[in-house]
Amino acid sequence: MAGTGEAKKEEADYKRLNSFPLIRHTDMPEEMRVETMELCVTACERFATNNESAAKMIKESMDKKFGSSWHVVIGEGFGFEVTHEVKNLLYMFFGGSLAVCVWKCS
Amino acid sequence: MDKGDGLDRGKKSKPSDQLKLTEAELKENITKVLNTHNPHAPQNIVRFNYKEGVYQRVSVDHTAILFEMESNIVYQDSEEGRRLMLKQAEEEDRPDSVASKADKKGVKLGNFFHFTDRATQTLNNPPRQINCQTAPPPRSIFSATANQWQIYDAYCEELQKQEKQKATLLKKETDKSKKGVLVTETQVLFSISPLAKETKILERMVHQNTFDEIAQDFKYFEDPSDKFRGQEGTLLPLWTFQHEETRGLSVTALCWNSKYQDLFAVGMGSYDFCKQGRGMIVFYSLKNSSFPEYVFPTTSGVQCLDIHPQHFYLTVVGFYDGCVAVYNLKKKSLEPVCKGTPKTSLLTNPVWQVRWQNDDIDNNHNFFSVSADSRVVSWTLIKHELISTETIRLSVNGGLSNVPDDEQLQYFSSTAGGTSLDFHKQTDHLFLVGTEQGKIHKCSIHYSSKFLKTYNAHNSAVYTVKWNHFHPRVFISCSADWTVKIWDDTIKVPVFTFDLMSAIGDVAWAPYSSTIFAAVTIDGIVRVFDLSINKYEAICQQLVVAKKKTKLTHIEFNPVHPVIIVGDDQGLVSSFKLSPNLRKTPKVRKQMEI
Repeated sequence: MAGTGEAKKEEADYKRLNSFPLIRHTDMPEEMRVETMELCVTACERFATNNESAAKMIKESMDKKFGSSWHVVIGEGFGFEVTHEVKNLLYMFFGGSLAVCVWKCS
Repeated sequence: MDKGDGLDRGKKSKPSDQLKLTEAELKENITKVLNTHNPHAPQNIVRFNYKEGVYQRVSVDHTAILFEMESNIVYQDSEEGRRLMLKQAEEEDRPDSVASKADKKGVKLGNFFHFTDRATQTLNNPPRQINCQTAPPPRSIFSATANQWQIYDAYCEELQKQEKQKATLLKKETDKSKKGVLVTETQVLFSISPLAKETKILERMVHQNTFDEIAQDFKYFEDPSDKFRGQEGTLLPLWTFQHEETRGLSVTALCWNSKYQDLFAVGMGSYDFCKQGRGMIVFYSLKNSSFPEYVFPTTSGVQCLDIHPQHFYLTVVGFYDGCVAVYNLKKKSLEPVCKGTPKTSLLTNPVWQVRWQNDDIDNNHNFFSVSADSRVVSWTLIKHELISTETIRLSVNGGLSNVPDDEQLQYFSSTAGGTSLDFHKQTDHLFLVGTEQGKIHKCSIHYSSKFLKTYNAHNSAVYTVKWNHFHPRVFISCSADWTVKIWDDTIKVPVFTFDLMSAIGDVAWAPYSSTIFAAVTIDGIVRVFDLSINKYEAICQQLVVAKKKTKLTHIEFNPVHPVIIVGDDQGLVSSFKLSPNLRKTPKVRKQMEI
C-alpha cells in the first residue's frame, strides 16, 4: 500500500514538475504557434476536468481568430490521422498526461 | 438577338421545381370565384356563455385590416376641436408665427407657373448571379498516437535536453569566473585582428595629426637663420622614439633600411660589462614614433645589427654572448630564422660588428662578423643554417695563419679583439677592421692570412671605422682616446685629427657629401663637420639630450632624407633634421685636399 501510495505521489510530482507545454509537432508560423499554445494551456487549465469544454473553448477562439473551420481533440490516449491545411496544425502535450491536437480544415 | 454577353435576355427560363403537367391538364378550364369571405377566418368558434349555460356561436367579422394610420383630424364642432381653434387664434396674433409668414409666401405660391413636379425612373439593371471556385488551400495529412507512455517519454527527453543546456551554461560561467578580469574579453565576439591593416593606417593618421608640426618640419622646414649664421648649421629636433620595454637598455646599434627609408632598426643591449641581461631589436618607422613596428626580444644584449641592402627584410644581429642571428621581418614569429654560435670560444666574446655582403654565387646570403675573440668570421646562410668560415684572425704581429684551436688560450693575449668592421663601398672584397689595441687593418676576403695594411691608428680601442661613401681611399675612425681621425688609405698617418674633448660614441659619414660627417659623444653633443668648409672645427655642435648624464651611443644618417638618428644609453632614439648649411653638397671637387 505504501508502495502504491509513493508511486502515486511520484506521479503527482512528475505531473506537477512536467506541466510545461511541450510542442511535439507543428508547422504553424511563430506568432500563430505561440498564441495557439497559450490558448490551449489556458483552456486546459480552466477546464481541467472537462476535455469537451476545453476543446470547445479552443475551437471557438481559433475560429474567430484564424477563420473557420478548426478541429480540436484533447485526450490522454488516442491515435489519429487527419488532413489539415498546410501551416495550420499543432500537436502538443501538456500537464504530464494530456495531449492536444488542433488543426484547420474546412 | 443574342448579344453574346452570356446573360439570358427575354428567354423564359423554367425554374427547376415547376410542376410538370400534361397537355390535356394544361387546357382544362378552372373557374375561380371571388367573394368577400376571409378564407382564413374560422367558421365554427363557440364560446360558453355562463349566463345562459350554453355554448353559443361567436361571429367573426371577415374584414382584415391591411393598413391603419392614426389621423390627426379633429371634428370642428366637438369639444377638442373648439379648444384647438382657440389655441390657433392665439398663435396667429404673435408676430413670428408660422401662419403670418405663410400668408406672405402664400401670395407667391399661388402662381403655378413657377413650380412643377417632374419624376423619372432610371433604368435598373437586372440582377445576375456569378459564381466561381478558388483553389482550395493546400492540405496535408498528419497522424500520431497520443498515449501516456509517449507523453512520458517526450517529457523525459525534454528534461534531459534542458539539463544538458544548463550544464553547458554553468560550465561557461565557471570558466568565465575563473578567468576573472578576462570575463569581458572572452565575451568579445568582435576582435580587431581582421582590421589590422586598417587600424594600422588609422594609427598612422592619428600619429600624423598629433605630430603634425613635426611632420611639416621634416618635410618642408628649412631653417632660414642659416643664412645669417655663416657656415654653421643646426639640428632641428624631430621625433623621439622610445618603447617602455627598453627601459634600462642602451642603444647599441642603429641601421636604416635601404628600401623603406623611413624604417630603421635599433639594437638594444648594454655596454656595461657588469650588467648584461636581455636585449631587444626594435624597428621603428618615422611614420609612427609612439610605437615600434616590430619588436624582437632577445635573451642576450644586442651589440650590432645590419640590414641587408638588397633583401631589406633580412637583418643580422650580433649578440653580446657571441652568437649571431638572422631575423626575417616577413615572418611573423619573434624567433630568428637561424642562429649561429661561435664554435670554440669558452668565454663570451661579444660580436662587435656584423656586415652583410652581396649574395655569393649560389645566391646564398652571407655576412661577416668581427668579435672580441679576434676573429673575422664569414657566415653563409644555407637553408636556414648558418655556416661559419673564419676569414682572418687578428693578432698583434699582423697576419697569421689559422691557429689550431687548442692553442687559442695561449694566443689569447697576443691576439687583439676586433671592434669594428667596414667593407669598402666600391670594391667589396676590401674591408677594414679596427681592433681593441687601436690598430686598423685593411684586409681582403681573398687573403685570409695576411693584412694588406696596418695603421697604428689610436692609442686605445677603435670603436668605429667607416669608409667614405664617395672617395675610394678615405675612411674615418673614432676611438676611445677621444679622437676622430680621417685617413687616406695610402698614407700611414691620419690626414685629419679631431680631438673632441670627450669620449666618442660613434661617427658616420653623410651619404650626400664626401666631406661631411657627424660624431656623437658621451656629453650629449652631436658634432657635424664639413671638411670642405672648416677643417678644424665642427660647423655644428649641438646638445641634443635633455638630461646631462645621458650618453650618446650611435648616430646614423638617413640615406635619403636630411635626417639623422641618434641613440643614447637610456634607450631613447631621437631624430633631427639637418639645417641647410649642413647639407651642402660639394659641386665639382670630390677629392679632399691634403
